[in-house]
Amino acid sequence: MSATDTPKRSMRTPLGRVRNLGAAHSGTSDFWRQRITGVAMTLLMIPVIVIVMMLLGRNQAGAAQILGSLPIAVILLLFIFASAWHMKIGMQVVIEDYIHNEKLKLVSIMLNNFFSIAVALASTYAILKLSSGV
Amino acid sequence: MQVYRWTLTMALSIVHRATGIALYAGTLLLAWWLIAAASGPAAYGHVQAFTGSIIGRLIVFGYTWALMHHMLSGIRHFVWDLGYGFKANEREALTWGALIGGIVLTVLIWIVAYAIGGGR
Repeated sequence: MSATDTPKRSMRTPLGRVRNLGAAHSGTSDFWRQRITGVAMTLLMIPVIVIVMMLLGRNQAGAAQILGSLPIAVILLLFIFASAWHMKIGMQVVIEDYIHNEKLKLVSIMLNNFFSIAVALASTYAILKLSSGV
Repeated sequence: MQVYRWTLTMALSIVHRATGIALYAGTLLLAWWLIAAASGPAAYGHVQAFTGSIIGRLIVFGYTWALMHHMLSGIRHFVWDLGYGFKANEREALTWGALIGGIVLTVLIWIVAYAIGGGR
């Protein structure tokens, strides 16, 4: 059933309905979130580099102690959250640009979501475990 | 595609994507490292053995560069998003800045890392 023979009346033209939605069918929200997370990671970059430097050459006990402290855990959690979201959107853009088979595209986007969420949750779990000292 | 004259900004656009994809895959290493730290000395030892090896160091070095380049190249995109830097000479300057800056920052980070004991 095409849009032209539907009885439903709307003041919006077909072009108006699809404009700005793009290949992701979700409009420009991903574009904006890509920028927010990018800015967030840029701001967090220096603290994150300092944290990694603090851990160099330390054994597990020393590393666990540093990673479990509150400010460091919070900085890393923010960085993990921002990077997982950023990379999920970025990879989706790449998939939409290069994969033209609709089914393969949807499967790829799904796997991209699974990967990004899995990495974020696994990393978050590790930080929380270190913070609780279990 | 053949009708386009290959430009620096076009090449760096591809590099931005390539480094993004590399960073995407590299998060596995970061997750492995954090999980190992939360698991115990044996697991953490495996990570340290890997990052201490030649191939591990090369991967982490490459990861540092990908991160620094992608960040600077991303800042370049923010400048463009805000509507600045579209003149030919500005475009080129921003792009060279990201390229050279990424390499410089990577080398600086590694010098500091070795200086404070990462080479142990």
